[in-house]
Parts: sequence; C-alpha cells; structure tokens
Amino acid sequence: MEFWFARSVRMAFTLFVVVTLTFVVLRTSYDPVVAMLGPDATNREIELFRVRWNLDKSLIEQYITYVGNALRGDFGNSFQDGRPVFEVIAERFPFTLWLGGVSYLFAIAVGVPAGIIAALYRGSIFDRAIMVVSVVGFALPNFFLGILMILLFALVWQVLPSSGASSWAHVIMPAFALGLTLAGILARFTRSAMLEVLSKTYMLAAEAKGIAPARRAIFHALPNAALSVVTIMGLILGNLVAGTVVVETVFAWPGIGRLLISAISSKDLAVVQALVFVIAAAMVVINLAVDLSYRLLDPRTRKSS
Amino acid sequence: MTQAHAQRADPLPDTKTPLLRWEGLSVPLPTGADRPFAVEGLSLELNRNEVLCLVGESGSGKSVTALATMGLLKGEMSRTAGAIHFGGQDLTSLTPDARRTLTGAQLSMVFQEPIASLNPFYTAGAQVSETIRTHSAASKAEVYDKVLSLFDEVRLPNPAQIYRAYPHELSGGQCQRVMIASALALDPAVLIADEPTTALDVTTQAQILNLMLALRDNHETGILFITHDFGVVSEIADRVAVMRHGELVEVGLREQILTDPQHEYTKALLAAVPKLAPRAARPVTGDPVLEVGGLSKTYRSGGFLSRSRREVKAVTDANLDIRRGETLGVVGESGSGKTTLSQCIIRMVEPSEGQVQIAGQDFLALHGADLRAARRRVQIIFQDPYTSLDPRQKIGDAIAEGPVIHGTSVGEATQLSHDLLAAVGLDPSAAERYPHEFSGGQRQRICIARALALQPDLLIADESVSALDVSVQAQILKLLSDIQEERGFAMLFVTHDLRVASQVCDRICVMQQGRIVETGAPDQLFANAQQDYTRTLLAAVPGATRVFG
Repeated sequence: MEFWFARSVRMAFTLFVVVTLTFVVLRTSYDPVVAMLGPDATNREIELFRVRWNLDKSLIEQYITYVGNALRGDFGNSFQDGRPVFEVIAERFPFTLWLGGVSYLFAIAVGVPAGIIAALYRGSIFDRAIMVVSVVGFALPNFFLGILMILLFALVWQVLPSSGASSWAHVIMPAFALGLTLAGILARFTRSAMLEVLSKTYMLAAEAKGIAPARRAIFHALPNAALSVVTIMGLILGNLVAGTVVVETVFAWPGIGRLLISAISSKDLAVVQALVFVIAAAMVVINLAVDLSYRLLDPRTRKSS
Repeated sequence: MTQAHAQRADPLPDTKTPLLRWEGLSVPLPTGADRPFAVEGLSLELNRNEVLCLVGESGSGKSVTALATMGLLKGEMSRTAGAIHFGGQDLTSLTPDARRTLTGAQLSMVFQEPIASLNPFYTAGAQVSETIRTHSAASKAEVYDKVLSLFDEVRLPNPAQIYRAYPHELSGGQCQRVMIASALALDPAVLIADEPTTALDVTTQAQILNLMLALRDNHETGILFITHDFGVVSEIADRVAVMRHGELVEVGLREQILTDPQHEYTKALLAAVPKLAPRAARPVTGDPVLEVGGLSKTYRSGGFLSRSRREVKAVTDANLDIRRGETLGVVGESGSGKTTLSQCIIRMVEPSEGQVQIAGQDFLALHGADLRAARRRVQIIFQDPYTSLDPRQKIGDAIAEGPVIHGTSVGEATQLSHDLLAAVGLDPSAAERYPHEFSGGQRQRICIARALALQPDLLIADESVSALDVSVQAQILKLLSDIQEERGFAMLFVTHDLRVASQVCDRICVMQQGRIVETGAPDQLFANAQQDYTRTLLAAVPGATRVFG
C-alpha cells in the first residue's frame, strides 16, 4: 500500500512538472496567432482569435485555466480544426502503438537472445559477428536506414509498400528501421550483463553442483542478468518514442510521431502540449512497469520488511 | 581389485586404496603469465575418512588444484597434463557429460565466499534441492525432506524457515552451512573446501571446523581442505600438504609438519604465523593524541513518505584514548562496529553524538578548510591494497599528492616520496611506476608511505594486514612497528585477528554489538578476561594453545 501511495504521488508530481514546463516553454516561445492566421490577418481577426482561444488573458490566468481543464481531462481544442485534442490524438495513437509494439518486440526477440549467445560464446566468431551487427544497428541513423530500405524494397525490387499503414506489409520496413537500433543496444547490454553474471562465484558453484551448461545459462545466469536488461528495456522505450517521430515521417505513417511534427510546424499548441503529456504519461507508466518487474525479479526488493 | 580385497582380512579394505590420487598433475597458465604452470607435477593422495589440508601462500596453486579436480577450469588452463584417479577412472580423460555426473555428486566443493556462492535469485532450499534433483530422480517430497534433514545435519536452526529464506536474509555462517548442505546432499566421497572459513568470524569458523570434523567421522568423507591459516590446520588436519609456486614441497602428518617441518619453505611459513603471545603494554608517556568520549553512531532508515523507520545502533557510547607512540587495538566480529568507530573518528562517517579530540583539537567542531587542514593529522590504511590505489596514478604522485594539497612544493614532495619509499623498504625508482606492477604486500607498503607522507599524529590501520599472506603480513607488521618507533605516531589498529592484535597492540578494546565491552593490555586480557564474550572470542582462535614455528 505504502509503495503504491508513494509511487502515485511521485508519478503525479512528474506529470505536473511536465505539463508546467511544456506550457511555459511553448507559450513563451511562440505567438500562435501569427503562425495560425498568417501575416495578412487584420487586427480584428487577431483580436477575435485571441478571445476565442483565451490568449488575451495573462499567462498565469491561462496556466490556471489550462491546468484546471486538464485535471478534468480537457486538454483543449486543436487550433487548426477546433476538434478536441484527445480526439485528434486518439485516432493516431493506435498506429503508433502498432508500429512501436512491433519494433519493440522485434528488438527484444532479436537483441536479448543475441546478447545471451554472444556472452556464452565470448570471443568466438559468433560473438564478434553479433557485436559488429549491433554496432551497425545503432550507428546507422534510422531515417537513413529507412530511406535505404525504401530505395531497395519499394523502388528497386518493389516487394514492400513505401508508405502508409493499411496492412501488415506496411509495418515491416518502419518496424525494422526502428527496431534495429534498439536491438543493437539491447544486445550489447544483455551481453555485458550476462558476462558479469557468468563471472560470479555462484555460477562456478552451480557448475560444481554438476548442473548442465544450458540449465546454468537459463536458470542461473539469465534471471540475474534480467535485472539490468529490464532497466535497459525501459530506457530504450525513450529511444523508441524519439525514433517513431523520425520513422513515421520517413514512411508517412499516420501515428502520433508524425502528428507531433505537423503540430509543431503549424504551431498547434494545444496538440503539442497534449502530445507531450501523453508521451510523458506513457514513460511514467513504463517506468512503473520496470520497477514492478524489479520486485518480481529481485528477491532483495521483494520483501522490504 | 575386488578380488584382492576379498582375500584380505582388513575390516576396512578401502582405506588402503587412496580415494583420490593426483598423478603428475600440471595446469598450464595462459601465455604471458609470470610462470608457465599454475600447478606443476603434483602427485598427492587423499584417503577416505581424512582431512588433508593443502596450505600455501596466494598464487601457490592450491585453488587451481581444487578447480582442476572438480573440472571447473576454463580456457587454456583446462588443458591439464597428468591424471586424477578417482574410483578406478582418470577424471581428466572423461567426457564433460560423464564427468558432470560425478561433479556435485561424488565430488563436491565449498567455496571461500559463502554469500557470493549462493544464487541471490533462489531460496536456500531451492538451491540445495537442485543439487539433489540434478543427480537423482527423487520425488519432490523426498527431496524436501532430504534438504531439511541436511539443514539439520549442518546445524542450521529452524530448517523449514531456512529452506524458504533467500541468501541475503542469511548470515555468512548460515550461507556456508547451506553450501555445505548442498555439497553433502548426495553423500560425496570427496569434499573439497577452498578456504571455507576465511571470510567468517572466529566463533563461526570454529563451528564450521567442528562440522567438517563431524562429517569426516560420520560419512568417512575424504576432505581436501584448502587454507592459508596454520591455526586452522592445527585444528582440523590429519595430514598437511604444502605448496609453493605450483609445486608440492612437503607432505606429512599434521604433527610432523607443524612440529618438525623438513622443507625450508614450510619452516619459513610456520615462523611467520603470528604468535598468540600477548605482549604487555609498553610504558607510554607521550601526550594523548586521540580522545574519544561517548561516541555513538545510529543509522536511521526510512523517512519521507515511508512509515517504517528503523534505527540501527552501529556504535554506542564508545570511549577510548591513545597516546603518542601507543598502539590501541580494536577487535571484534563482523558487524561489531569496529570499522564504523574508526570511520567516525576521522569523520568519513559523521558520528551521531560524542566527542573526538585529536591532538587537543575538537575534531567534530571543524568545518570546511579547517577540517581539511586537520585531516592531515589522521591518516588511514585500508584493508585491500588492490583497490586502495588509483590504477592510473604513478606511485610517486600518489604519495606526493597529499603533501602538495597541504602546501608542500612539488619538488619537496617528490623528494619526500622517494625518502618514504626507501623507508618502507621499496626502491625510490618505484615512484615512476604504476600500482599494477606491484604485489599485494608491496602495495600495502606504498599505502603506508602515502599515509606517512602527511606526518600524521594518528594512523588508523583498518584490517590493513588481513588480506596479506602470513609471511608478508609479518613484514608489514614489523615495518609498522619500526616506523612507529621512529616517528612516534599513535596507531589505532582495527582487526578481527586476535593473534595479530596480541602482538602489536599495547591495549586492546573488544567490541561487541557496537559497544566496547572490555579494554586491557593483551597479556592481561588473554590471561584474565573479565567478560564472557572476550573469553568466547579468545577460545575460538584456531590453534590457540599451540605455538608455531
């Protein structure tokens, strides 16, 4: 109970800081009126726009209204088409979840086993090959990888669609472009976590008990290495969010990453604010999930009493 | 073989055949090591119902012999030559699968660091069960009962509770009992114990040694007991094998090795064992350097947003004083608060209450620049010489750094570092070299030189010789006492080793659960301890009644 209470307070505080920061930064760096109405707008038009969107009030008043509305779940309306922000985000969100989920699963399914194998066969050709590929994976910018793939698979060989999100075939290239970097990072961290665990005395003790190598790797080394791997799995979700912005733009994927870019370029403050909030909330929830999995994985944090 | 036995009238025919026989065992070291072989041409026998102690200093090849016997060596080192005969087979010629059926079942092993040898992810019970399930097809209930009876046999209190406990919930001694239970699970013929009590307190060590002897008697186990401690040897060994630089130098019955060693090396090793020869306090007339009054340290956990607050009293109401030229020992078991006490004195840890006067100055009242200036009066030498030197700093710079910070010119400090290196028995040219080029003993000399560079009034030695081999330990202790004689600093000597304390200290404080329970000159303390705890501690010193060398 105490854990949940402390966590909830901290999560709420984090989100409050995010809301405040984005509000201050966005309101002080842009005048949305000029951006929305263009240089040719008359004073009368500008005045009406300000009143309509509460932009005539002081910044403090605007902030209080905004936070008050946000607490009731109302993040305002899009400056562009006047629809509630969450409606705009809600129609894009499933696409990002789809792309992100597939890339994330791909990264885990490829990165973690590759790291484990590299560690178990340390110094072998296997190990070196996996490490080279992982370096390439996270050294290649994903937009470059994306464009390269579009060139080869969509233009030259014409086997995959280059843009859009209307079938599973569409998700292959963006998910790969997004997931390869993450898989590379995961593979390296998994490898070093495994190597550290493999050098522990309890691994030698397990060998001295006569336990077979495969069982030692899976039941003795892996659970202990999992702790650091899970931490990285949480951290790379941050990269994933950043990556979706780029990859969605390259592949014209209708997700929130692309929405964020278009909202920023059209100075649609309400949408940008709400998107930052949604992304922050997602990160906070992910962090909570990581912490909860620690409690499952590590008996030392399970019983704190 | 069977026939030959049948013809004999011997009631225990097997005792005539060695249980385990090493025949010309050699273990290569990776290229680039300081010698070609970790173990070279080892021929030795281990009998049933026998404790064979394998002794030698670090790097003598004791542990490598154990690992080779268990088949746990990796890489180049696994390419052993020679044979290890067990049960009519040569272990080194078995396939990995065939060997694994013996490892953990017929041959089992206990390691030096009990807590680190248990997997933190599983309960103690699960880890012992696993050993049984790996080598037998017993049912779950049978395995559970077996584990409980093993825990009972290794004298763990409340076996059912220990079964469900995770390693971090157990003490070092309990973890070692769990490891021994696991090693015994399948009633092995051979038990290899690699320094199994080195990481434990003396009282716990005494219990584990008794347990080992009971195993030998009850199960006729052949025990290969690796140790560097002749006190332990004198308590537990039937026979003793002495190794040096990977070679066997001498093997014989315990009494023969301890009282009439043949080889020069064995003689030197025995001579270096610290005598439990409590000395009298030297007449000390110097000014008081350190006065500690009512010092306490309480750790509080929990706090903001947490309702469970806990207090741990690490040190309670400690009073002590040391005069110039005097050595005060602080002894006690792990967790007794001796390190916290020494760290409070130099304010590496802030004491909760009490007074600390160093050379007449109220040390606890100092802040900022004054505190930094006063710190030069107190220097500390740590336990582990391998981690207490910056690997990327030249020795000379490490020694000169302190004086330079406190205002000495670089030229003078460099000269000082050369003088100090000479004073601690190293060549001044060492100043240009890096820590990895030195052995553990040499590094501890460097640490001493570094501490002396600031001409401290008080030197704190926190287990400073505990990680060293006995021969090196003896040299470092002599060095410390010579330099103290010459420079007259006061020394606070923190140790768990009562032999060492009895030799070097003028007075000894015995700590138990954060309190100083008794203080006295070694000769008085050893002859006439006032507290039960002190007597227990003294009685647990291995080989207490024996004089070595």
